[in-house]
Amino acid sequence: MDMFLQQALNLLQLGSIYALLAIGFSIVYGIVRLVNFAHGDIFMVATYAFFFLSTWLLTYTNSLYLVLAITLVLVAAAVSFLAVGIERVAYKPLRSAPKVSVVVTSLAVGLLLQHMVLQFIGPTPRRVPRLVPDIKFQVGTVNIELYQIVIIAVALFIMLLLSLFIMKTKTGIAMRAAAQDSTAASLMGISTDYIISVAFVVGATVASIGAGLYGMAYPIFDPYIGQMINWWSFTAAVLGGIGDFKGAVLGGFLLAAVMVISPMVLPVSSYRDIVAFGILILILLIKPSGLLGKKIIQKV
Amino acid sequence: MFSKKIVSLTLLVVVTATLFVINHFQLIGAYYLQIAQYIGIYAIMVLGINLVNGYLGIFSLGHAGIMAVGAYSSALISKFVLTDPVFFPLNIFLGGVFALLAGFLISIPSFKVRGDYLAIITLGFTLIMRSVLQNIEFVGGARGLRNIPSNTNIAWVFIWLVVAIVMVQMFIKSKYGRATLALQQDEIAAELVSVDTKKTKMVVFGFSAFLIGVSGGLLAHLLSFTNPNTFGYAMVSEGLIMVYLGGISSITGSLLGAGLWTLLVEVLRPLGVWRWIIGAVMLIVVMIYRPSGLAGGTELTIENTVSFFKNIKNWFASKTKKSVTSDNDSGK
Repeated sequence: MDMFLQQALNLLQLGSIYALLAIGFSIVYGIVRLVNFAHGDIFMVATYAFFFLSTWLLTYTNSLYLVLAITLVLVAAAVSFLAVGIERVAYKPLRSAPKVSVVVTSLAVGLLLQHMVLQFIGPTPRRVPRLVPDIKFQVGTVNIELYQIVIIAVALFIMLLLSLFIMKTKTGIAMRAAAQDSTAASLMGISTDYIISVAFVVGATVASIGAGLYGMAYPIFDPYIGQMINWWSFTAAVLGGIGDFKGAVLGGFLLAAVMVISPMVLPVSSYRDIVAFGILILILLIKPSGLLGKKIIQKV
Repeated sequence: MFSKKIVSLTLLVVVTATLFVINHFQLIGAYYLQIAQYIGIYAIMVLGINLVNGYLGIFSLGHAGIMAVGAYSSALISKFVLTDPVFFPLNIFLGGVFALLAGFLISIPSFKVRGDYLAIITLGFTLIMRSVLQNIEFVGGARGLRNIPSNTNIAWVFIWLVVAIVMVQMFIKSKYGRATLALQQDEIAAELVSVDTKKTKMVVFGFSAFLIGVSGGLLAHLLSFTNPNTFGYAMVSEGLIMVYLGGISSITGSLLGAGLWTLLVEVLRPLGVWRWIIGAVMLIVVMIYRPSGLAGGTELTIENTVSFFKNIKNWFASKTKKSVTSDNDSGK
């Protein structure tokens, strides 16, 4: 039972991070219909920015929470600029091109980011400084670390904020309109370019916060981290139904559940990938457009 | 027509014989030979990927897994079953056949699942395949399979490449080839004109997998070892890059993509990481100016080359005419 609760906590922690990453994937997809394979590498760049900024700030002040707050905001802003820049330079000229060309371009952008970091910063793995005090709680027989609470709380807060943004604000409503039908939306006076930029900003912001949280739980990182994150967050987004906000959250937690539970049940932990993808394929065979995805009716 | 066939056949035989001689007496440096073999092997793979991702128009990420099937099965056969080098072509063929079965398997989800969801399923196949290979001790587990007889040489690569090109060309002109192109345009419309979409998808996936499997077998016998990690994310993205760089739905494009990318990665090796940066930027630029790749949808034939130069000539002619008389017949 203790083991079970402990793992449930791990599940929540991992699930919140996956959910955030999948949201970033999904929001961009919802607006531009682009599987942005550079998302994982944007996450990687954010991790590096987080690392350098927080290490630098820690030489001036000892207040961990202050550093955490400043770093999160600044990194999110910087990475948003990067993401919008990438969109303007690489994706915008391809608005009317076939969809796969844009997907391949995003693959190239990811490759570019990864190797830029490799060239200018180097391949050595680094360690993110711990920005949450090392405090442990004992609830019953379950050990809870403070950083786990911070991860879950921040992630839930961001999701709440994001859903309020999408449901209530004018920009959010415009985004939903553009996701439904971008031509009709632009006829209603919504600037598609602006909405796309907003989508990329939201995606990058969420990815940066995800990077910050990920660093708390798994502090070691290198330039190749983006690739793995990329495919896992894509998987989570598709599992829930890509383009759907709630679906991304559900997909993130479900993927985390598979990742956490399968090593407990399986005799050999290296079977994890087989089981994870086996379940995924099974779900997609039963529900071909993800758990919460809408069925797209093709017309001739 | 008859004489053309004879000429090209003689040419093929002569080139193959020359390659065998070159290989036997090592007339070309081993390094250059190695690069040439890589290009040939990747060209076969890219032709295979192009069948599904280009001609059929389904975005699949299964090629790394399929390549692993081809590589491992042919390597195991030539290590334990048919060990004599005489059987080498047969072993490669058998590797292709096992890959073909895997291709049939992947085609089944494509009947129902579409677009990005199918992409995830095919990616899942690749990763499951890698994980399975990592967990089977008999094939070396995560360390990989070693001491595979290194039977691949430039002449065999050339022969398989020619076979692949001829097969793809014949396939595209066949009944299934036309059905494939119809499916790429519009699946529902194709079904309405009584194209058997399921059967066509199965055939294309199977054929594509066969070629990819052959390339995997050749690669394993070239390096004389094979490792599950070779067939992971990196192979998935590199395969896609070669296909879309060269051009989708084009044999010329497949050869061009495999050649350009391999040369880029190998020739610029002294530049270290920079070559990947250059490659990525090049790919982005190509995508922006030619969204379906350098030779997307066209082939390099004599007629096309002639008309290409004619177009350039006309363009120049219209330019000069305009500047002199500002006449309005640039349409000519």
